[in-house]
Amino acid sequence: MSAMAERSATLPRAPGGDGAVEAALPGPWRAGLARAGIELKTFFRDKQSVAFVFSLPAVLLVLLGSIFRGMAAGHGMTVGTLFAAGLIGGGIASTSFQYLGIGIATERDRGMLKRLRGTPMPAAAYFIGKTGLVLVCTVTETVLLIAVGMLIDNLHLPTAPGRWWTFTWVFLLGTVCFSLLGIAISSLPKSARSATAVVMMPLTVLQFISGVYVPATLVPTWLRDVASFFPLKWICQALRSVFLPQQAVVLEPAGSWEHGHTALVLLAWIVIGLVLCLTTFRWRSSRDG
Amino acid sequence: MLNADTAVRVSGLRKQYGDVDAVSGVDIDIRRGEVFALLGPNGAGKTTTVEILEGYRRRDGGTVEVLGEDPQRAGRAWRARIGIVLQLASEAEATELTVREMVRHFAGFYPRPKDPDEVIGLVGLTAKARSRIHQLSGGQLRRLDVALGIVGSPELMFLDEPTTGFDPEARRQFWTLIEDLSGSGTTILLTTHYLDEAEALADRVAVISGGRIRATGPPADLGGRAARAASVSWQDGDGRRSMRTDEPTRVVAELGARYGGEVPGLTVTRPTLEDIYLELIGSAQ
Repeated sequence: MSAMAERSATLPRAPGGDGAVEAALPGPWRAGLARAGIELKTFFRDKQSVAFVFSLPAVLLVLLGSIFRGMAAGHGMTVGTLFAAGLIGGGIASTSFQYLGIGIATERDRGMLKRLRGTPMPAAAYFIGKTGLVLVCTVTETVLLIAVGMLIDNLHLPTAPGRWWTFTWVFLLGTVCFSLLGIAISSLPKSARSATAVVMMPLTVLQFISGVYVPATLVPTWLRDVASFFPLKWICQALRSVFLPQQAVVLEPAGSWEHGHTALVLLAWIVIGLVLCLTTFRWRSSRDG
Repeated sequence: MLNADTAVRVSGLRKQYGDVDAVSGVDIDIRRGEVFALLGPNGAGKTTTVEILEGYRRRDGGTVEVLGEDPQRAGRAWRARIGIVLQLASEAEATELTVREMVRHFAGFYPRPKDPDEVIGLVGLTAKARSRIHQLSGGQLRRLDVALGIVGSPELMFLDEPTTGFDPEARRQFWTLIEDLSGSGTTILLTTHYLDEAEALADRVAVISGGRIRATGPPADLGGRAARAASVSWQDGDGRRSMRTDEPTRVVAELGARYGGEVPGLTVTRPTLEDIYLELIGSAQ
């Protein structure tokens, strides 16, 4: 700290007037892109966590594909393909809902949100940064799962443009939907320690009843009915329509891909998620009064 | 209307948590360029008061103006003019970022930031600029907190118990940093429960206890004239006698005349700042 005395002479005087301050404040996009850069650096530098987080769904894909290999699905498709479609849906939910739910709860509990709130950073910049993180992670996870699916069980990339269009809107609506719900649930845990349990519980239940870990046809009807109130079941169903042959539609409990329903349910949950975010988001932890 | 020379004006500030009065009728005026210390024991209402001034908490009563605006309604342009060092926020920084990345990132939020490397030098972290933040010691984290608070060139700095947990040397270094900031024209509001810190840094001190201001003034005048009366005590036939007086010399002369020479066990003492402080906060309980 000996440098301190020498440097003190160069300290600029605190600015007096405030005429130009408003104009020079960085806007939400500039600050938001800076936040996204910081989010990605923070996330990807924790190499161990990155390795495990991204490889878990791929390992599950290999594992579930092997376990259920005996009960070939028929209709020109393999069980691996069935699970790949479901796990891509589960991956979208994990990388958005889980990362945001646990990540924001932890940042709130540790006071990082409070600290950011004390700067002139636009509130939107924080969410732009999180959006950047979620997009990069979700795209990476999805590409990884498709690659592993192609490698182990002949998951075929769709060739029809209509299927890619379905994939695009399901991917985007699904990511937005689970991101908003993730931000909303981050207000529920009272501490960073309980965040993982609070966030993973509903997500894991949804993954089991929505056709991620267990083929939808094996899930009892009443649980399927419960699942159909939530977005994940619809995402997985639409992804099956993207990656499975057309004749696989006979395996759907509804006997149809129900794209219209899917879009409506996802849009409805986006509205619900947005309302929950706007009404429940807090910059301070509940322990902070 | 706020005078241009006033940085903070608080009048009749009240805040309740449930049935508990955390702050009950606090008045504070801080002039521009002043170092003002809010001194009090834990739970006195220091942090609540400061967090209302920072715009984090809503008040239940009274008026507050900080740099001419009501913190409850002030926007981003106002936040660009203040710097905040929260109480024990170090935990926030258990991150993989480097010191330099973090300071540069925060600089980007402000319209007229200081040079990040210069700020890192000011807080004495140049050698650690490229270290990951989670590798810093507690004292180094606290200096990073200060770097993030000053990087936006604030007109007014809030420092909430900045040196709690510091060793004596780190505290001295920190004081030098605050003196430098003040020397460059920054108004500083500091909370502390260390008397020597308030005495060393502050132009004026307000002693807060039980949610009320017990005394305000320069550290040397705290408690007023009455609290500073000398105490003359001596040994009498029946035991120890003692009296408080503004004129100890006259009292001693009278005693000398009465005893016809040496006064048995004579002592003349004046209260230390610590005595005055303890009396001030004791009066709350």
